[in-house]
Amino acid sequence: MQIPVEGFMYPNEVELQWSVLIVLYPFITGLVAGAFILASLERVFRVDAVKPTYRLALLTALSFLLVAPLPLQLHLGHPGRSFEMYLTPHSSSAMAMFGFVYLWYLMAVLLLEIWLDYRRDIVVKSETSSGVTRFIYRVLTFGSNVISERSLRIDERLGYFITLIGIPSAFLLHGYVGFIFGSVKANPWWSSPLMPIVFIFSAMVSGIAAVMLLYMLSTRLRGRNVEIGCLDKIAQYLLYTFLIDFSLEMLDLIHRIYEADESFRSLDFMVHTRLWMSQVIVQILLGTVAPIALLGLTQVLKFTEVVRKRIYALAGCLTVVGIFAMRWNVVIGGQLFSKSFLGYTTYKMGFATREGLLTAIALMILPFGILWILVKLLPPWPDSGSIPALVTPPAHRTS
Amino acid sequence: MEITRRHLLVLLPAAAVGWKFVLAGTPEDAPNYKLSEHWWGMLIDIPKCIGCGSCVRACAQENDVPEGYYRTWVERYHVTDYQLERPQVASPDGGKQGFPPNEIGGKNFFVPKLCNHCADSPCTQVCPVGATFLSPDGVVLVDKTYCLGCRYCIQACPYGCRFLNPKTNTAEKCTLCYHRITKGLTTACCEVCPTGARQLADLKNPKDPIHEFLRTHTVQVLKPQMATGAKVFYDGMDGSVR
Repeated sequence: MQIPVEGFMYPNEVELQWSVLIVLYPFITGLVAGAFILASLERVFRVDAVKPTYRLALLTALSFLLVAPLPLQLHLGHPGRSFEMYLTPHSSSAMAMFGFVYLWYLMAVLLLEIWLDYRRDIVVKSETSSGVTRFIYRVLTFGSNVISERSLRIDERLGYFITLIGIPSAFLLHGYVGFIFGSVKANPWWSSPLMPIVFIFSAMVSGIAAVMLLYMLSTRLRGRNVEIGCLDKIAQYLLYTFLIDFSLEMLDLIHRIYEADESFRSLDFMVHTRLWMSQVIVQILLGTVAPIALLGLTQVLKFTEVVRKRIYALAGCLTVVGIFAMRWNVVIGGQLFSKSFLGYTTYKMGFATREGLLTAIALMILPFGILWILVKLLPPWPDSGSIPALVTPPAHRTS
Repeated sequence: MEITRRHLLVLLPAAAVGWKFVLAGTPEDAPNYKLSEHWWGMLIDIPKCIGCGSCVRACAQENDVPEGYYRTWVERYHVTDYQLERPQVASPDGGKQGFPPNEIGGKNFFVPKLCNHCADSPCTQVCPVGATFLSPDGVVLVDKTYCLGCRYCIQACPYGCRFLNPKTNTAEKCTLCYHRITKGLTTACCEVCPTGARQLADLKNPKDPIHEFLRTHTVQVLKPQMATGAKVFYDGMDGSVR
C-alpha cells in the first residue's frame, strides 16, 4: 500500500507506528481517571449534590479500566510477551511502569473501593437471592459476611481512606500516560512538561462529561427524572475543569507560537493542513470552545430545567468528542510530520484489521457492555429500592 | 549402489575430512574478542560519498532487511544559496539504486545515515523490558527474542533509524554488522563503499586512524542538541543536514 508523502520523510518514518488503538488508550484511561475524580467529590469533598452519580461513576471507571489494556495488548507485535513487563521491567523506561500503575489503580483503589461500598448490598443479596445469583453474590462477599453497624462503619472509614489514596492514584494513572508522550524528546509535538498536566485535566473533563451523559441516559432509560440539582453541580464542575484544561492547552500553544523553535514551521504547517479539521474545527472549536460557551451560558442566564438538560447533553457530547479529537491529534498528529521537519506522511487506518476501525469500535463498545453487566449485578441507583432492608444478621455473625 | 565393507572403509575417512571442511566454514565464536577492548562507532566522510547506494544494497543483503525498510540509507541534499533551513532532500528507496542526476544550481551532496549507536540512547532508555540495550563494546542491539513490538523505541529515536520488521514483528535497526565486527571484519556497508566514505571506527583502539582523523578534521554528529552521545561522526557536514 502506497502511503502518500509530502516533502521528505526519513525512509523508516513513512509508516505510522502507533495506530488508532493507541489513541483509545489515553482516551479510555482518561475516562477512568475523570470518572473516579467525580466520584471522589462526593466521598472526600462531601459534595452531596453529586451523590446520585457516585456509584455510577465508580462502575463506569471500572468498566473502562478493565478495557484499558486491551488496545495496548492488541497493538503489540508480540502480545504473548507483555507479561515480561511485570517480570523484568526496565527501570529507566516510562512504559515499563504501566503494568504496576494499572494494577495498583485497579486492585488497590477501584476494586477495593467498589467492594467496600457495595459490601452491605452484596451480603444482603447473597442471603436473599437464590440459585446462580446467590452463588455469584456469595463469591463476591469473599467470605466477609458481617454487616453489623460497627463493620459497616469500618467499611465507610476504609472506603474514605482508599478514596483519599485514589485521588492521587487517578492523577498518577493519567499523568503517567501523559508522561509517556511528554518525555519523548525526539518528538517536539509531544515533548512538553505540560503534557502530563494537560492529560490529567482533559481526563477529568472527559470523565465528568461521560458520567454526566451516562447518568442522564440511564435515568431516562429507567423512566425516572434526573435530579437537576445534581446535573447543575456536575455541569458546574465540568465548566471549571474545562476552563483550567483549556487555559493549559492555550498556554502550551502560545508558548510554542512565541518560542517558534526549529520545529515550529513544520508543526504549524501540519496544523493548518492535515490537522485542520481534527484539531482546529473538532477539538478546539466544537469540542472545547462550544461546550465552554454552552456551559458558561447556563451559569449566566436563567434557563428552564428542560433547556438546561438539553444544553448539558449537547455540551457533554461535544466534550467527549473534543477530548477524543485531542487524543487523536496528540497520538496521530505526533507521527504525521518528519523528525527532519521537512515532510509529512499520511495515516491510513485499516478497516477490519487487528488495529483497524472495527477493532477500535468494538473496544469502545466493550466498556458499555461491561457497565451494563455491572449495573445489573450491582445497581448503582440510590432510588432503586432493589436492595431489601437490612436483615438482622444471625447472632453468630455479629461482632 | 550397494555399500560394501570396503566402500565403507574408504567413505568414512573421506566423510570425516569433508566434515572438517564444513566446520571450517561455519562462523567462529570469536573466542579472542574482548568486549571491554572495543568502543565502536563510524566515520562518514560526506565529501567522499558519491551516492551510489552500494552500502544500502550490501546492508540489505547482508542483514536480510525487508523491502521498504532501511538499516542504512543515503539522502541527497540540494541547498540553494543561504537556505540552510530549507534544503531539498530526497532518498528514493533509501538511495538503494542510486540517484537521478543532480539538480543544477546551489550545492548537492550525499549523506549516508545509519543508527548512531548513541552512548546515551533514548531508544534503550524507553524500552519497557530492556530488549534493546547498549553492548559493552558500544553497539546498540535488539534482542528479538525478547522485544514486545511496542514500538516505543521507534518513537524515541530522533534519527528515524528504527522500524518494525514485518516478518519478526520486532524492532530492528543497524547492528553495525555485529556478527562481522566481532570477528575482526568490517561492516558490510564499509566493505563495499567504493570511495571509503564510510569507515568503521574503534574508539578504544589507540591505533585506529579515527583518532588522527578526529584531531585534524572538523567533525560533527547529527542533531547534537539531542545529547544522545552519538558515535557516528560526520566530516564536512553542512548545517542544512537534519
